[in-house]
Amino acid sequence: MFILIVGCGRVGSSLARAMLKEGHEVSCLDEDPESHARLEVGLDKAWEDLGGRFTVGAGLETDALVAAGIEEADAFIASTDGDNTNIIIAQIAQKRYEVPTVIARILDPLRAEWYNRQGMKTVCPTRVAIDMLEGAVREGAGRGAA
Amino acid sequence: MYIIVVGAGKVGWNLARELLEKEHEVTVIESDRRRYLTVEQELEHNVSYGDASELWVLERAGIQRAEMVIAVTGDDEDNMLICQVAKEKYMVERIIARVNNPRNKPHFDLLGIRPSVSATDLILRLLEHEVPEYGLVHLLDLQEEQLEIIEMLLGKDCGVNGRRVGDLSMPEGSLLISVLRNGKGFVPGPDTILEPGDEVLAVLDPGKEDELKEIFGPAGGNGAGAG
Repeated sequence: MFILIVGCGRVGSSLARAMLKEGHEVSCLDEDPESHARLEVGLDKAWEDLGGRFTVGAGLETDALVAAGIEEADAFIASTDGDNTNIIIAQIAQKRYEVPTVIARILDPLRAEWYNRQGMKTVCPTRVAIDMLEGAVREGAGRGAA
Repeated sequence: MYIIVVGAGKVGWNLARELLEKEHEVTVIESDRRRYLTVEQELEHNVSYGDASELWVLERAGIQRAEMVIAVTGDDEDNMLICQVAKEKYMVERIIARVNNPRNKPHFDLLGIRPSVSATDLILRLLEHEVPEYGLVHLLDLQEEQLEIIEMLLGKDCGVNGRRVGDLSMPEGSLLISVLRNGKGFVPGPDTILEPGDEVLAVLDPGKEDELKEIFGPAGGNGAGAG
């Protein structure tokens, strides 16, 4: 699979490395050229030598998306630090470039829920945190009461 | 009308003032605390503090009963998100979005967010209007009506120089509406003879531009018309 990841922060870069290791073609797009360094954490070769791609640019720039390979992408992950950016670029990937698999990371549970209902695949770390914390607190309370 | 304006910068604040003067009910939502406090001194309860990208902030501002949402923040992604959510989740009848970076305009169009206004584009068009060159200048796009108004300068070698307006084979769905000559504008009649240096304004269906360019471009194209 050819995977395009927009946003090469902690999440994006870790995902990129994992996917490359599994044998996929991975291309990362980030505005910050320094984020390239995250891709090489724990690797003994350069990202590009292992077959990875990295483009500097913003997810909203069509030139950058095309340079990063969106027209050939099988999967598109919107993983910048901005919910609105992720929501918008995910829709660009779906509607303009018809990428088969599009996933957006959305931190706001309310927006994540609504866009999910509209047919967007979303991952909401906040929701996961809330659920896990609630579970942990209940477990603690349960033990306390015993 | 109840109107929500998102962004209390120069555009949003001034817009709110005008709308309030026209006796609409307005709530401005501003996410920067200092900006909010400044604007609140004048607009009082008509401004609300919060990030309008958050659905609960929009709901607290009464978006369910808003008849119009105008997103004029400095961030195109925010303007797109807010307008999309206003239109599709809250069924707001009319949305207007500001486009900060003209290159993002296609994204607004892709997501069905119209009308969207780019101040930069408007000014660029006025510049072109003031200093016309060969080619076609978009003066106005009426998106709802699916019509454009364009302007063309007739060059020295233009194929329609010396021809009657009535003899031109204007493409269907287009109409010559005005001629600017020597600083004066007039509505042409069928007997008007076009001259080099004329700036002609036409209203047309989008998609007819190329046909029009053929007709009004340099002679030698087949545009002068079969007529």
